[in-house]
Amino acid sequence: MSCALLLLLMSWALAMRTGAAVEIQRPRGVPLSSEQFYEENKPFTCLDGFSTISFDRVNDDYCDCRDGSDEPGTAACPNGSFHCTNAGFRPAFIPSSRINDGICDCCDTTDEYNSGATCQNTCREMGRKERESLQIMAEITKEGFMLKQQLIHEAKRGQEDKQGKLTELQGSKKDLEEKVEALRTVKETAEDPEKEAKERHLKAWGEQKELIRMEKDKTRMAEAFLELDDDADGYVSVAELQSHLELDPDSDGSLTETETQVRCLPSQENNFYHTSKLQGCSPFGEIRRFESKIGDLHDSCRSNEKVWAGGLWMTTGCMNLEKEIGFDFGPSAEFAYLYSQCYELSTSEYIYRLCPFNRVSQKPKFGGSETNLGLWGQWAGPEDSLYSVMKYDHGQGCWQGPNRSTTVKLTCGKETVVTSTSEPSRCEYLMEFTTPAVCQEPASLDEVLQGHTEL
Amino acid sequence: MCLYLVLVLSVFLSIIQAVDRSNFKTCDQSAFCSRQRAMKPGQSSYRALLETLELSDSHLTVQLLNNNNKVLLLLELYRLQGNMTRVKINELKPVKPRYEVPDVLITDPPTELMSVVAQDEHRVVLSLGGEDWRLILSAQPFRLDIMEGPQVLLSLNSRGLLAFEQLRIQGEEAEEEVDQPGMWEETFKTHADTKPNGPSSISLDFSLPGVEHVYGIPEHADGLRLKNTDGGDPYRLYNLDVFQYELFNPMALYGAVPVLLSHNTHRTMGLFWLNAAETWVDVSSGQGSSEVPQTDVRWISESGIIDVFIMLGPRPNDVFTQYASLTGTQAFPPLSSLAYHQCRWNYNDQEDVSAVDQGFDEHDIPYDFIWLDIEHTDGKRYFTWDNNKFPQPKDMLQGLLDKRRKMVTIVDPHIKVDSSYKIHTEIRSRGYYIKNKDGGDYEGWCWPGNAGYPDFTNPEMRKWWASMFAYGQYEGSMENLYTWNDMNEPSVFNGPEVTMHKDALHGPWEHRDVHNLYGFYVQMATAEGQIQRSGGLERPFVLTRAFFAGSQRYGAVWTGDNAAEWGHLKMSIPMCLSLGLVGISFCGADVGGFFKTPSAELLVRWYQAGAYQPFFRAHAHLDTPRREPWLFGPDNTALIREAVRQRYTLLPYWYLQFYHAQRTGQPVMRPLWVEYPEDIATFSIDDEFLIALQPGEDDALAQTNSPPVSSGVTAYLPGNGEVWYDVHTFQRHDGAQNLSIPVTMSSIPVFQRGGSIICRKNRVRRSSSCMENDPYTLYVALDSQGNAEGELYIDDGHTFKHETDKQFIHRRLSFTANSLSSSDLSPDSQFPSASWVEQVNILGAQKPDAVTLTTTDGGESSVEFAFDPDTAVLTLRKPGMNAGVNWTLHLR
Repeated sequence: MSCALLLLLMSWALAMRTGAAVEIQRPRGVPLSSEQFYEENKPFTCLDGFSTISFDRVNDDYCDCRDGSDEPGTAACPNGSFHCTNAGFRPAFIPSSRINDGICDCCDTTDEYNSGATCQNTCREMGRKERESLQIMAEITKEGFMLKQQLIHEAKRGQEDKQGKLTELQGSKKDLEEKVEALRTVKETAEDPEKEAKERHLKAWGEQKELIRMEKDKTRMAEAFLELDDDADGYVSVAELQSHLELDPDSDGSLTETETQVRCLPSQENNFYHTSKLQGCSPFGEIRRFESKIGDLHDSCRSNEKVWAGGLWMTTGCMNLEKEIGFDFGPSAEFAYLYSQCYELSTSEYIYRLCPFNRVSQKPKFGGSETNLGLWGQWAGPEDSLYSVMKYDHGQGCWQGPNRSTTVKLTCGKETVVTSTSEPSRCEYLMEFTTPAVCQEPASLDEVLQGHTEL
Repeated sequence: MCLYLVLVLSVFLSIIQAVDRSNFKTCDQSAFCSRQRAMKPGQSSYRALLETLELSDSHLTVQLLNNNNKVLLLLELYRLQGNMTRVKINELKPVKPRYEVPDVLITDPPTELMSVVAQDEHRVVLSLGGEDWRLILSAQPFRLDIMEGPQVLLSLNSRGLLAFEQLRIQGEEAEEEVDQPGMWEETFKTHADTKPNGPSSISLDFSLPGVEHVYGIPEHADGLRLKNTDGGDPYRLYNLDVFQYELFNPMALYGAVPVLLSHNTHRTMGLFWLNAAETWVDVSSGQGSSEVPQTDVRWISESGIIDVFIMLGPRPNDVFTQYASLTGTQAFPPLSSLAYHQCRWNYNDQEDVSAVDQGFDEHDIPYDFIWLDIEHTDGKRYFTWDNNKFPQPKDMLQGLLDKRRKMVTIVDPHIKVDSSYKIHTEIRSRGYYIKNKDGGDYEGWCWPGNAGYPDFTNPEMRKWWASMFAYGQYEGSMENLYTWNDMNEPSVFNGPEVTMHKDALHGPWEHRDVHNLYGFYVQMATAEGQIQRSGGLERPFVLTRAFFAGSQRYGAVWTGDNAAEWGHLKMSIPMCLSLGLVGISFCGADVGGFFKTPSAELLVRWYQAGAYQPFFRAHAHLDTPRREPWLFGPDNTALIREAVRQRYTLLPYWYLQFYHAQRTGQPVMRPLWVEYPEDIATFSIDDEFLIALQPGEDDALAQTNSPPVSSGVTAYLPGNGEVWYDVHTFQRHDGAQNLSIPVTMSSIPVFQRGGSIICRKNRVRRSSSCMENDPYTLYVALDSQGNAEGELYIDDGHTFKHETDKQFIHRRLSFTANSLSSSDLSPDSQFPSASWVEQVNILGAQKPDAVTLTTTDGGESSVEFAFDPDTAVLTLRKPGMNAGVNWTLHLR
């Protein structure tokens, strides 16, 4: 081996002076798969077929072929390609302009054979590391893919339930609207105590919530609420949802949108906004709030409000459901579980929040108001993996710039979590997000490893 | 209809987004300018008192009397070596000294003997050497005429506009003097400017008979040829941070070089008005007496003295030599700084830097420098790093170093007032800050909020500043980290005209006296710091926005905050040409445009243009979308890659030009008239230029206003009898014709002049350092006689060893009588180079029978060749000789 190397170096040096070169076996930089084109001591035809040269002009450090195929092992051609075997790691092609430029590119050091650069052969180490990380990735993919199957299953059931719920809701909405009209009259006669009651209500709210929750089982609700109870997504664990709701004080965008349609009175709008902030806007949260608040029908003001909220929820519920059913949650609805959820990432300056299919926002850690970084736009991955990228746009406008927007890159992971955020361009955010929903069916680990350790 | 709408909209946008003119003074709003300009041409009130005339070996002095107020001035006349005359006028007895600009002249200019040829009571005639060069001093009214034989080359005060406001003490003025508004105090917007010694401005007129074309006095966003200022504002020289500057406007910009060149077919001359205060220049061209065209120029400055150098040429290159003998030549930059620079406000963090670096490799586009703007610092405290975004600057720099690449960080001269910031506390405790008029440290608003401004006019301060660049002082710095000085006009967000109050104090001098010098000193001190940190071994690289005469000695200059508009792309040529004429060769404009967002086409065209301008850096505003070269689709990426690669292949040529620029003071990027001074057709061309002798015409530009598809441009190829070769197709064209060139998105019309030899390195690597040992390809473009000449310069690319140890190769390549040979231009220097000659292309050749190579050791070998009869290009295959030795190639 050292002999061959010596010979090569000599021949290269010789080539520089006289133009004559001696080559051995497979010319430097030629992959095994192309070896047959480089037959020693026979004229070489450039791989594009454009010209034929004598074999001693292969790798003689002068570019003869337009396609660079005569100089795979020197930097002579601008478009040449050098093959590193990288035994122990993965073979690679590098542009032949990177040969002998003083920078170690191939882990087997073969690209720097005459530059004086001292390169270490790192192929084994890299191979080991890659195998390790592939192994980890494979495990993640495997587990992630299993989780994904579960998500698909749940999504399918949820979808059916929701369709049914929507139909029912649409029916009961009308009833409730009538009730609202009746209560509006009551409310108008009770405007004075309202303010006081509202304050009282706010104070007592926390306690009531618990109280009402306990009452839920024993207290008979109004007919409308019975229906609601039945419709609730009961099979989703309450505790689980609530833990997310706490993180989610203000995904009230759709509600406020509806408010304008229902024409809330201003004084109530405030209150409503506040309560909704406490409770969140997931259908489940809405039901909770509605149930709890309807518990006290004697307070005319509050009951008024409650029915308002009920009406609101009915409308909202319908709209939400319609909207939700209309979303593209992926080929098997595997992303459906993200709907109505929010995920946060805290950086040194900001807390970023991603509420999939809804919005992305940013809140300064040390005071200051929240900024909308974009509303759900569409799936925006490349053609072959459309569901790998989410695009949120039409966020808050930037001075002298565009409206803020966020690109969310999805990668396979066991957990559903935001792993990083950045702002590569002013007001254009980039978020990395892991979820089992993008995990692909894993090839068997052996296959993966084999594919990368060939040679 | 649609087009119409777009047009209207763009006009509307340009109105609301362009510069807020009300932030900046017009001549009328500047008390001294308006006072001086109110004075109309007529009989001068000054009389030369010939009885006071004294003539010494080196100069002549004579007193001038103002007949109106009896104030006496002292005129000094010097005949300088190299065909220059210096005229100085100061008050004979000022109430306190007036400012004379230091540090700009590289030496006290050597004088030559001046002798009186004739004298009577009306005039004195002095000899300026030669047979018939005369300087005539007329007494009443005072005027000076410089003559060659019977011909007046230039007159001073011929229009009687000499005015010299004497310093005074308030309340002690002579009775006949009437105070005019703004003499003791003036207010602009909310800013008051106090003048403890009253008015101090100066003015003088120059007449140039026979001259229709004048150039220079940068920096203005205007055409190469100066316009008539009659009826408008004069050209203004006052270093200012102008937000979104307008094109075709005499408003002041970031830098000022008070040098004006005049040119006609017989003679090129220069006027260097050495004054660092706010200055206005009126230019008026028209018919003089006896139907001869004439250009009148009038200089007005707010303070200081009249100190003017008249450079008499007569050829353009003589003027460059003369000016270089006064203020020095372009610093010879590190080779890598001539390569491509990638900048953005801002690369956000280390990961971002590494991703961009990686992006260049992935897309196989070379680059040498990546830049970090202000956001890299800890709260705009220069010399520091943002700990979250750049926690390991040395790791980052090492990563770049491993790829043989470099970085620039910004270091601005405004210093955050913060008692926990070392730079600030040191400057404060050493008393190095500029003071306000009441003696406290001057403070103004800039990027960090409240900031102080170090007094760079103080040599002690500069020494201290330089020491801050030591590796031990500037934490996280390494040898591949260089510097960018921005905002050094200085920019003061809440100051008058976004700059410093004129009554702020630099020791005994007012800011008014030194304003235009501030940026010059900042770059000087920074460059010195970089030299010192390497123990005097490594050449510095410092980019500055503000500049003055002499700034060429310290590094590169760019045209500031331009915009992503075709007009700005086009303007980059005359702006850099104007700078080149006054010594500053290392000039470039932000590729892509700083403000706003370029279309892909504009960006590509800008890369194509920038690749042929001296300083080649892409830059973008914080609020614009990312625009790294690969973000506009594969086609555009390929076009940009090709443009950048063309730059890299020509690096040996650029480097040679800068070597020459440093040695001779000749500009690198030249207007056509400089090389074809007798061809009137070239005098107003500023959309084409020459890189030394080879024109690169940027006509990305000629077509700039007719977007996307343009079928062609017309370019003027200069030189009667000259031959030009298209560098891409090798097609041959005759000179002195308007050539219509078909244009596609990929074409960059560049021509090599017949008679020249250019050495390229066609192997494009990741960075210029990687190309160090690569072989050369020679392009021998034959002239109509079948001859060609060129040079090759090689050194280590980054140290001063070419100067200190004579470590370089400088060779002459010459093709004549069918032989191409390389001979040593500097036999006493040497440098070991591994580079060799891999190919020779002879353009305009005939097919030989044989080609042989002879080397000095007597060896003779035959060289293989190929001849293309369609293009008449003879290609010699791999002659293989080392670039540093003598050899001859014979065509038989």
